[in-house]
Amino acid sequence: MRRALGIVVAVAVFGLLALVPKVSLDTHGVFSSELNSPGTLQLLGLMLVFGGVALTYDLLFGFTGLLSFGHALYFAVGVYLTAIGTTKWDWSLPKTLAFTALVGLVLPLVLGAVSLRVAGIAFAMVTLAFAEAGSILVDKNPHGWSGGEEGVAVAFQKLPESFVGVLNTKNLYWLALAYLVVVFVIVNWAVDSSPGRVWQAIRENERRVEVLGLQPFRFKLMAFVLSSFLATAGGVVYVLLIGGATPQVTTPSFTLALLLMVVIGGTGTRWGAVLGGVVYTFLDNRLLDWSDSQTIQDLPKALRIPLSEPLFVLGTLFILLVYFLPGGLAGLARLRPRRGGVALLDEVTTTPGATVEPEAERV
Amino acid sequence: MDTFVLLTLTGLALGAMYFLIASGLSLIYGLMGVLNFAHGAFITVGTYATWWSESKLDAIGSDPLRFVVAAGIGLLCGAVLGALVEIVLIRPLYQRHIEQALVTVGLSLALIALVQGIWGPTERIYPTPKWMYETTSILGAQIPNDRFVEIAAAVVTLGALTAFLRYTRYGLIIRAGVENRAMVTALGIDVKKAFTLVFAIGGVAAALAGVLAGVYFGSVDPHQGTSLLIFAFIVTVIGGLGSITGSAVAAVAVGLIQQYANYYASSGTGDLAVVLLLALTLLVKPGGLAPKVAH
Repeated sequence: MRRALGIVVAVAVFGLLALVPKVSLDTHGVFSSELNSPGTLQLLGLMLVFGGVALTYDLLFGFTGLLSFGHALYFAVGVYLTAIGTTKWDWSLPKTLAFTALVGLVLPLVLGAVSLRVAGIAFAMVTLAFAEAGSILVDKNPHGWSGGEEGVAVAFQKLPESFVGVLNTKNLYWLALAYLVVVFVIVNWAVDSSPGRVWQAIRENERRVEVLGLQPFRFKLMAFVLSSFLATAGGVVYVLLIGGATPQVTTPSFTLALLLMVVIGGTGTRWGAVLGGVVYTFLDNRLLDWSDSQTIQDLPKALRIPLSEPLFVLGTLFILLVYFLPGGLAGLARLRPRRGGVALLDEVTTTPGATVEPEAERV
Repeated sequence: MDTFVLLTLTGLALGAMYFLIASGLSLIYGLMGVLNFAHGAFITVGTYATWWSESKLDAIGSDPLRFVVAAGIGLLCGAVLGALVEIVLIRPLYQRHIEQALVTVGLSLALIALVQGIWGPTERIYPTPKWMYETTSILGAQIPNDRFVEIAAAVVTLGALTAFLRYTRYGLIIRAGVENRAMVTALGIDVKKAFTLVFAIGGVAAALAGVLAGVYFGSVDPHQGTSLLIFAFIVTVIGGLGSITGSAVAAVAVGLIQQYANYYASSGTGDLAVVLLLALTLLVKPGGLAPKVAH
């Protein structure tokens, strides 16, 4: 019954989102222009893509308890290979995508097998190091492929016509929505499957899973590869939407942004992570525009400067959430009004992942 | 030969800065299990506090003295910030390691964004006494004087930290706490003061690294701390979380490898080599070189 309700809600939400490009609506400054204008649709598309990518990170961190600091690497694989393949190697789009998919599978398989030999903070550090290696590689600009700081643009001649031009932004928006739906369905299916249950068991108590006769390593690797592959797919959609690759997506800060999205939305929840990605991307993009508004510009300097920095606002919001709403935005749904109107969490929400490193196993 | 000497001393100077950052990280992690991402913000705040106060201290005529006073203010800011972070942000979340790490992530983003908001995202010229950029000839190589300052600062810090940990009562509590915190608490010793102290020490060391980095690079920008922090993390893990000596050894190794490979192979190779070194170390010795001994 609950499952059927969940499906109905999902279909309704995604159905409404699919209609957005058809609706001309004044957004009263929430977005910079009308709801179905190309600019707004591009931002909405970005929000949907990051909703999906945040969910792939949640699969790792929230559901399997693996704190990775290198998720940016796999996203960047999708972003950069799509751009480099079409532009520098002069490949057709299908060939580029096939190659990207291959790398998107093999790379996490190899690197995951290496990094999963250690656990907890050491795992976080190894993944950080691999991602940093990717970032350095992009910066080194081998053979002029990655374009260093300037990045690479996607060769739009190679794209299907319906994805080119401002007027076709609505098609890219639908592509982004399709990506989110696919990720949502796959993650839902995977988490409820029997390996998915093992992932959650590993998150709660890895030793116990071992005692039950299962090999956590294989299951963790499975989660790592699935999550990374879906992130690579997200990178492909992102680069089509934006039109080019920039080195920002390879940096550790980018992985930290994903972590922020998941925690803001609610770790280990499906809608929460998506919502976190959507809200974070929205604020990250819009706060800058709002800070130019007259209301903010008229404020005294001590207020104006902090409010003009999106990351200051997001960072502070994030800290407050960790303290006062440990379940993230999804935790709000679990708030139940008590007598006298005082709201309380109806269960003690611990952040999944808190048990990643039992005291005894800490290095 | 002279290139080799210059590379070695530059590598050591770089290693010195990594060590200053890594020692604090390592102590904090060893004692409290907190992965302190805000360390990058400590570096940035220390650097900017020095830069800012230098420009306000016109009353002091001599350049070197003004710089030293300004650097002192920078270090003080680092210490105060470190202690404040521990008391206000970390303390309410004791024993919840992931949340603590998350809070420090948020703090580092917010503080760096704030610095960027106040002083702008662009590079600022760092006020350095002329003497630092003059060179001394060693074995035919012309070495900028700031390299010696950086190495000396790290050596003094290493000596002071070791002496502090070995010969003072608080040092004893910290060493015991790193080894077994539950037992120290059970003996009726207040570990909380040690927690604050360790954060303050980490803040000073990070601010010192920031000041020296400003001298080394000749300029400051809000994200300098973050890029140093990544290599300091690598140093901390290679050295073994919780070990000061391990951090020192790893810092020297990382600094030298980075310099040599960047020069003799190609630019950027050194950074990759360091990453490779980390992966290899963790696969061979998952606990790092010297796990969990605070001396």
